[in-house]
Parts: sequence; structure tokens; C-alpha cells
Amino acid sequence: MSEVRVAGVGLTPFGNVPERTSRDLFGQASIDAFEHSGAPRSDVDGVLYGNFMGELSEHQGHQGPLMAEAAGVRAPATRYESACASSGVAVADAVKRIRNGEDDVLLVGGAERMTNLGTAGATEALAIAADDLWEVRAGTTFPGAYALMAQAYFETYGGEHEDLAHIAVKNHDNALENEKAQYQRAIDLEDVLEAPQVSSPLGLYDSCPISDGAAALVLTSESYAEEHDLDAPVAITGTGQGGDRMALHDREYLARSPAARKAGEEAYADAGIDATDADFAEVHDCFTIAEVLAIEALDIAPVGEGLTAARDGRTTADGETPVNLSGGLKAKGHPVGATGASQIAEVTSLLEGAHVNSDAVADATTALAHNAGGTVASATVHVLEVVE
Amino acid sequence: MSEARDAGFDDWLDAAEEDQAYYLECSEGHGSLPPRRVCPECGSTELEQPPLPGTGTIETFTVTHVPTPSFEEDAPYATAIANFGPVRLTGQVAGLDLEKVENGLEVDIAVAVSETTGDRVLTFEPV
Repeated sequence: MSEVRVAGVGLTPFGNVPERTSRDLFGQASIDAFEHSGAPRSDVDGVLYGNFMGELSEHQGHQGPLMAEAAGVRAPATRYESACASSGVAVADAVKRIRNGEDDVLLVGGAERMTNLGTAGATEALAIAADDLWEVRAGTTFPGAYALMAQAYFETYGGEHEDLAHIAVKNHDNALENEKAQYQRAIDLEDVLEAPQVSSPLGLYDSCPISDGAAALVLTSESYAEEHDLDAPVAITGTGQGGDRMALHDREYLARSPAARKAGEEAYADAGIDATDADFAEVHDCFTIAEVLAIEALDIAPVGEGLTAARDGRTTADGETPVNLSGGLKAKGHPVGATGASQIAEVTSLLEGAHVNSDAVADATTALAHNAGGTVASATVHVLEVVE
Repeated sequence: MSEARDAGFDDWLDAAEEDQAYYLECSEGHGSLPPRRVCPECGSTELEQPPLPGTGTIETFTVTHVPTPSFEEDAPYATAIANFGPVRLTGQVAGLDLEKVENGLEVDIAVAVSETTGDRVLTFEPV
């Protein structure tokens, strides 16, 4: 089995650029990824591209070949769509293709153009990640679905909105110096608690922003990296994917994410590690409650105790397991189809010592990336390690 | 979107309007919702349509202030997940003030219409 190296990463700044097409965004991210990798475009065996709402935001289907073209790559291309986990599942498949010897160099990533839809349009587009007949037609929005989970969490384990607010404050703090982040601005607990309600108990500052952006990765086999003398010290050593019933009301638990737990267990076993080996993690915090459910599913916090991890300093930059040093979806932004690949990019930069927040995890060798779709009917977890 | 009905789902709403809501049950006793040909739990293709228990209990809820365009005129509104035993359902809560919606509330099913679109909406009303 071939080891999979992260040879190159590229991110556009995430933010509000409604006029920029996703092909332009992905093209930009790919330039940085190829430059960082040292691999030529002509060696790419395939393109795996994540995108969620391109039909709605750009009237564009069949995006695989379009994005290969945008990146200057002549190779077969496939679009992956798994809601907010679209590029996470693309990475998972890319890892398998390289490991089984099918391919040596893959361009993997994703992009999303969202802000051109406006708030109402983007809310409508995001909602289609839920069951249209049984959830959306009853008025469920994407924030509303996570609000149902938050309320169920409080009911089951206790807690209050202020506990969640600490997560938003932490992730904004982490993004302060991250020039890729949509919000490089500190907030305090009052800002979160006094913000307009979106879907109770979640307010505006419990929610990730609507974002435009792209992420690109050049993944290679270990043998390719060695033969071509690439500077690629970070490998994806574990991959896992989990699934669940589509509608929240059809799940056994309303305040847990079994799909993420399965993905995590699979990724840990694959890499031969357990949760305590992870020095830090990027997790899918589309809403503050989502970070709680993620770190519990990954065993970074015991079930029922994830809520207070940020408040108690266990997941802050100086805590025992920093979570979302990039700023997370909350502050870095959430261009849906780009998010999973962007987490791999940020983890790689943090491990390489190339990230503005690398000093917070200077001795780190092992880290996690957790990407979730819908109310976690889809999840991927990847383990990244410094291997040379 | 086309004007075509969604077979299975609209049939269910028709039945609910007549106080004859049902659920799907396989030979192993797993409950699910239509339209469906295969039990999602065990793969059984033997699905019956027993009556849905008349009363459910709210297990979680939210009041949505930022809706999709389809519910612009309806906001703010409460959405809840209610447990009816063999299945849970998601619906809007009608018939009481938003601040009185709470976990544990006993509800039955009604079919209302969206103030924005006139489309039918699965609704919970306090018993």
C-alpha cells in the first residue's frame, strides 16, 4: 500500500466576492497548490472536485472538466457532491486511488460561490442538504436543523448558550492573523449572546458566514514524491467515512453524530493511532454546536463534556488539544465545497510550520481533519502525520 | 418546480388531512416514512401502513427567525421534532405562542398551509 503525501496546498482567501466565478476561484487555488508541490500539471492522473450548489448559484452542472480546465490540467475529472462534505469525500477517494496504485498524482479540492445568491438565496440553497419532503417543507433551514440538535443537546446533557459562545470567541481569536480568513476580528461573549437570533438557541455569531472560496491539494504517492525529490513531509495516514439516515428525526440520537464517530474510528484504526495521539484538530464547526458534536464523536472530549471544552480552555490555542486553529468554518469561512480540502490544507501548513498559527503546535506530529455534510448524514475524518 | 404531486408524500398529507395519518412498518417492526419501497433499517420489502399513533411528544424545537424564501411571511415560526413511537416527524408548531413551545409537549398532527406559498405544511398542534 502506497503512502499518500500532501505535496501541495492552495487556498484562496475566503470571503465575500460575489462576482468571482468558481472556475476563477479554483484556478487560483490550483496555482498555489502546484507551485507548493513542485509536481508538473502534466503528471496529474485525475481531478477530484467538490462542489455543492453550483447548479443553483451559477447554473452550472458537469463541473469536473470545467475545473480541470481552470487548473490547466488535461486529465479525467469527477465532481463530488456530499453537501458540506463534498471535498472531504473527494479527498477520501483520492487517498484510496493512490494507495491502491491506480494513480500517482491527483489534483483534489473544491470551490463554492455563494454570496451572489444573497442571504435568502443561500439559505434556500443550503437547506437542500436536508430531506426536502420531510424537513425542508416543514420549514427546516440549515441553521434550524443544527438548532434542533443544540436544543436536544441542552435537554440531554445540560448547558446553555453561553457555553456555545466560548466556541465562537475561540475560533475568532484563532483567525486573527490568518490572512485567508473571512473574519480577522475578535469578538467577545456579549457579541455572541446579544446577536440577532437566527434559529433559537443559535444566533448570528453561532453561525459560520456565507462564503466564496476554493481549496486545492496536490496529493501524490510516496514513491512519486521520492523519485521527484518533492518536499512533502506530511502524509495522510488515515482515512474514514461514515454515513447516517438523511433526516435528523430518523436518527437514533438527536444530539450525537454517529457518522462522524464511525469515520473517526475508521481513520484512527487506519493510521494506527487513537484520539490521544492527535496534537490538534480542524473540525466542521458550521455552527458552534457542531464543534461540540464533532469533538465528542472524535473522542477529543467525552460525550456530554464537549460543550465546555472551549470554555475550560481544553481546545483553545494553548489548550491540550487545540481545535480549529485556522479559525474554523466560523471565522475562516465556509465556502461549502471547498471546506473539506481547505481543512487538509490548513492542517498540512500547521504541521509543516508554515502556518501563521504553527507556533501554537510547534512540536505537533499528528493531527485530524473532520468534515461533515448536512446534519452529519455524511462525514469524513483524515489523520495527517509528519513522516519525514 | 413542476406542479406534479410527490406520490407517497402528498398521499400521506391527504391522509393526515382526514385524520388518517399512517407510517410504514416492515415485518421486523421498523417504522419509517413514505415514499419508500425498502425498509432503511433491514432491507425488508414487506411494508405495511399501520395507523400512526394519535399523539406525539416534542423532543426538541427551535424558533426560526431567518427562513428560506418559501417561509418568508411565516417567520418567526417554531419547528419541532415529535416522537410518535414507531417514527419521529418534523413539523411546525401551531396553536400556541412561540414562547410556550417546550420539550415534552403532547401534540397531534394537522396540515396547515404556508402563508408565503400556500403550500401544505406538516404541523403539530397541542393536544
